[in-house]
Amino acid sequence: MQDMGEALQLALALVLSGDPDLLEIVGLSLQVSLTATAVALLLGLPIGALLAITRFRGRDAVLVVVNALMGLPPVVVGLLVYLHLSRAGPLGFLGLLYTPTAMVIAQTILITPIVTALSRQVLEDLHAEYDEQFRSLCLSRIETIRALLWDGRYALLTVALAGFGRAVAEVGAVIVVGGNIDHLTRVMTTAIALETAKGDLALALGLGLILMAIALGVNAMVQAVRLTATRAAHA
Amino acid sequence: MREVAPDLRGATPALLPLRARGLTLEIGGKRLVDGIDLDLGGDGITVVLGPNGAGKSLLLRMLHGLIQPTAGEIHWGGHPLTTDVRRRQALVFQKPVLLRRSVAANLDFVLRGRDGSARRRALLDHVGLGGHAAQPARQLSGGEQQRLALARALATEPQVLFLDEPTASLDPASVLKIEEIVRGAAAHGARIILVSHDLGQARRLADEVVFLANGRLVEHGPAARFFDNPASGAARDYLAGRLVV
Amino acid sequence: MYMRTFSAAALAVVATGVAAQDGSILVQSTTSTQASGLYDHLLPIFEEETGIEVNVVAVGTGQAIQNARNCDGDVLLVHAQDQEEQFVEDGMGVERHDLMYNDFVVVGPASDPAGIAGMTDAQDAFAQIAEAEAPFASRGDESGTHSKELQLWDSAGVDVEAASGGWYRETGSGMGQTLNTAVGMEAYTLTDRATWISFENRGDFEIAVEGDEDLFNQYGVILVNPDECPSVNAEAGQAFVDWLISEAGQEAIASYELDGQQLFFPNAEG
Repeated sequence: MQDMGEALQLALALVLSGDPDLLEIVGLSLQVSLTATAVALLLGLPIGALLAITRFRGRDAVLVVVNALMGLPPVVVGLLVYLHLSRAGPLGFLGLLYTPTAMVIAQTILITPIVTALSRQVLEDLHAEYDEQFRSLCLSRIETIRALLWDGRYALLTVALAGFGRAVAEVGAVIVVGGNIDHLTRVMTTAIALETAKGDLALALGLGLILMAIALGVNAMVQAVRLTATRAAHA
Repeated sequence: MREVAPDLRGATPALLPLRARGLTLEIGGKRLVDGIDLDLGGDGITVVLGPNGAGKSLLLRMLHGLIQPTAGEIHWGGHPLTTDVRRRQALVFQKPVLLRRSVAANLDFVLRGRDGSARRRALLDHVGLGGHAAQPARQLSGGEQQRLALARALATEPQVLFLDEPTASLDPASVLKIEEIVRGAAAHGARIILVSHDLGQARRLADEVVFLANGRLVEHGPAARFFDNPASGAARDYLAGRLVV
Repeated sequence: MYMRTFSAAALAVVATGVAAQDGSILVQSTTSTQASGLYDHLLPIFEEETGIEVNVVAVGTGQAIQNARNCDGDVLLVHAQDQEEQFVEDGMGVERHDLMYNDFVVVGPASDPAGIAGMTDAQDAFAQIAEAEAPFASRGDESGTHSKELQLWDSAGVDVEAASGGWYRETGSGMGQTLNTAVGMEAYTLTDRATWISFENRGDFEIAVEGDEDLFNQYGVILVNPDECPSVNAEAGQAFVDWLISEAGQEAIASYELDGQQLFFPNAEG
């Protein structure tokens, strides 16, 4: 267990030294995972909202599938994206393999089901409360969705955080489609995997601690925004 | 009271008279509303009375198109219940459903830019919430929330205004204010259909009374006649405070 | 709304689309060259000289070759001569060059349950491990190291498939991970010397067997065939291959040391 203390020391030393490689890796981690979260929200929120307010034959089956997709194994997603983006694959001509864009695509696929399923749950509860009033006002489906998304925005922040957390923590997908290339596609999790492979467990753990601190920081920021805004917007 | 809603008497196409025939609602094999025929003329406040479970709220929702009757027909001014007809109606629920936004934003939601902030201000003043525009709607007291719900309903300039026990569980001062607003809306030509279980409120507001029991329409007539000289045993029992089974 | 969603997604893609630039190549590589730090030593020298940026994807040899077969790389640098020659024969590679060598070693716990410490015949040592049924951690990932290990079992006359899950444990992962696993469960394993020297989580593990000709570990380098893969940056890729097998490149390889030990021995035919 001496690794733990050493890891903490290493983590602190790395952070305090402002190591440019570390900053680059942290920056790319945030850039990739925040972008993936943003795209997943753009895709997942409308779908989740639509699922929340519509009833159709086969809806239960769709919900089961979406919920199951929340458990997509990252490495499988990575493999699927690899097969499509590979030069030998159908989208190979785009030249996206081993770029941050490929990593964004993989993480987006990974977390869009999470955003969809969780937002569906949040918005369905809200819709149950608003439904009669909205029907009385003869709102269109689009107007209903827009109102639900806006009124559910604080709960949906938590949904976004769940997606971001999953994205920033996963390694299986980004290492396959990003390739863990130094200065190009190396992010926190793939760097941790590399240090582990080198047997430098203390450094790997130190990087892990930094990653956790970043996740904590993002969550704390969002929570602070949410608390202030919630207090101002509704009791 | 300020001029808020334009006078709607004679607005075309008129939704009134209402003509409903054979309204029936069955849920899970139970007949909750049973063959109601109802004709409503063009003016005033109709209060729907009856014991709990008589089908008052269900009738209201069917007339507004929130619930599809199992059988029967509804015509407003000769028109079936189209979206166009429903847009010229508004319903205020017993428990106001306000958006998680400011008081002003709750009105803007239905005003949709119509006439802008002047109209919003007039509506808020009208219901006595002029000083609360920026406040989160859900931080208002129960009475204030219901007045905001009323303002929102009036903002759409409805020809028909449904109210489903709007003052249940409110304090007397709030009840008074709300009744004042309802009376004002009626005076400006909105046709009011109000469900209540408060006999005092019915006496204060009603021009005519519709009395339901067990899903059936038992009496329908001028308020004075209903209170002074009810025709049915069920109504007499109800007015005397006896349980109607 | 969908149009807007789509364009926003496209925008996000463009914003992060730092695709490899013109003056850069991608090397599909075995893990040992990366984990040992060789690239950190070589690439700055090469980039300084030529201005060509070299990006490295380090995976097992099997996966590296497969990726190169998919045209996902410009240069292949691995250590499994048979597979490399097959790759060239299939037209996927332009030409194979010997690049450098080091050797494999068998490492194991100080307690040495199979009693193989100090042996110089790898085949005998493997037979003795099998006889003692001492735990052995195999890469199990079709990497160069894995195929070398399978050759050794084969020549020792041991059927490891029968022992799989028993004393013979396939980790299905890279060299570093397999070393971590071996240390964790006190199992022997076969590793290239470079990875072993740079590996930091050795516990009480020591080299048990070394110095056998059979443990020779040859690395090769191949330019992926631009006729098969039009995306290949042939000019820059060829420049990298040429430099590696040039006097300057070979000297750079020889000069890489860790803890005072040379890790790779250049042997390109000059």
